[in-house]
Amino acid sequence: MAAVLEARDLAGERAGRLVFEGVSFCLGPGEALVLIGVNGAGKTSLLRVLAGLGRIAGGVLSWQGEPVAQDPLAHAARVALLGHADALKPQLTVFETLRHEARIRGGSAGEAMAATGLESLAESPVRILSAGQRRRVALARLALGARPLWLLDEPTVALDSAGVATLARLVSAHRTRGGLVVASSHLDLPIEGAQTLRLAA
Amino acid sequence: MRAWLALVARDLAAARRNAGDMLAAVAFFLLACGLFPFGVGPDPVVLARIASGVVWVAALLAALLPLDRLVGADYEDGTLDQLLISGLHPAAIAAAKAAVHWLATAAPLLLATPFAALMLALPLRAIPILLAALALGTAVLSLLGIAGAALTLGARRGGVLLPLLVLPLTIPVLIFGAAAVEAASVGFPVAPHLAMLAALLAAAAPLAPLAAGLALRSAAE
Repeated sequence: MAAVLEARDLAGERAGRLVFEGVSFCLGPGEALVLIGVNGAGKTSLLRVLAGLGRIAGGVLSWQGEPVAQDPLAHAARVALLGHADALKPQLTVFETLRHEARIRGGSAGEAMAATGLESLAESPVRILSAGQRRRVALARLALGARPLWLLDEPTVALDSAGVATLARLVSAHRTRGGLVVASSHLDLPIEGAQTLRLAA
Repeated sequence: MRAWLALVARDLAAARRNAGDMLAAVAFFLLACGLFPFGVGPDPVVLARIASGVVWVAALLAALLPLDRLVGADYEDGTLDQLLISGLHPAAIAAAKAAVHWLATAAPLLLATPFAALMLALPLRAIPILLAALALGTAVLSLLGIAGAALTLGARRGGVLLPLLVLPLTIPVLIFGAAAVEAASVGFPVAPHLAMLAALLAAAAPLAPLAAGLALRSAAE
């Protein structure tokens, strides 16, 4: 299978300190990679580098054979990131949040809410949501715009078992469409047949 | 363009829900202008003489108040990361923030300006020129301010650093803005001063978002 996302000898730094180096992997359509490693091993930093947010300190990251650094804006438009922070505005309602996001990225707010079981919360301001419910809104944003590369940083944090099942469903649907997933976690993730990559501290 | 407008609409909706910030800036502006008659005495001749400068300085300071939260909140809650991977150019993101700042902060200040001008006994015929000059000048401030806010992201005491960085850059705006109002009160032509303000805006409109965009990117790294 042709590699879509390929990292060769990738290194990344945070605040001028090298946090990981020598990372190589190769993902084809529909494949997934799970990053494991102790706290501080550089999982989040690697995900930010893959998203084009962190600076590549060494090595090459390429998408369909083209180095990502050549056109960072095109790479940014391929990525959907579920970070530690939910990136939600407390004063907007769930529906408003997703409607605005759908206008920015494409996709349908209604479908995203249906896929994550958020319909009953549509008119609630994000301010009053629990941590798990906010995480669901962030998951709904992930599904917007059909981005081919999903980067999930500890995606199961704060989710209940139904939320984890929703995540599993979203991820498997995304992979069926040929999408790529890179996820970090300390716990077992509901992602089948994924490669694993251990980052040394 | 559609995504850009959606971003502006989202931030305006969020700003409207936080109307307290907007009102605080307007209240600060009116209060600051209202303090001067107590400080320099109620003589209308003296007040009219200083009115344009006072309104200008108060408006610039008031417009600075909500600036650091506008970008800082996005930086802290992860929204900035999401914006940078939205596919919008970083400069376009910065330009959207400047537009939101102008619409949500400067526009309400413009509405309050006639009251401030009346409190300071500014001649009535100068008020339309004051509004036109302020509209241009606050747009320059919004652009410079976003660049300053982006540069101070993540810095400790960014809120203090921001005015120190931005206010010196607004001196040209203040000079031509106050001169336009001065000219209008004594019946001299105002067009040259307004043209200079427009020229400053024309220079800031492409340059400030580019600088701010670079700063946003490096803040996210």
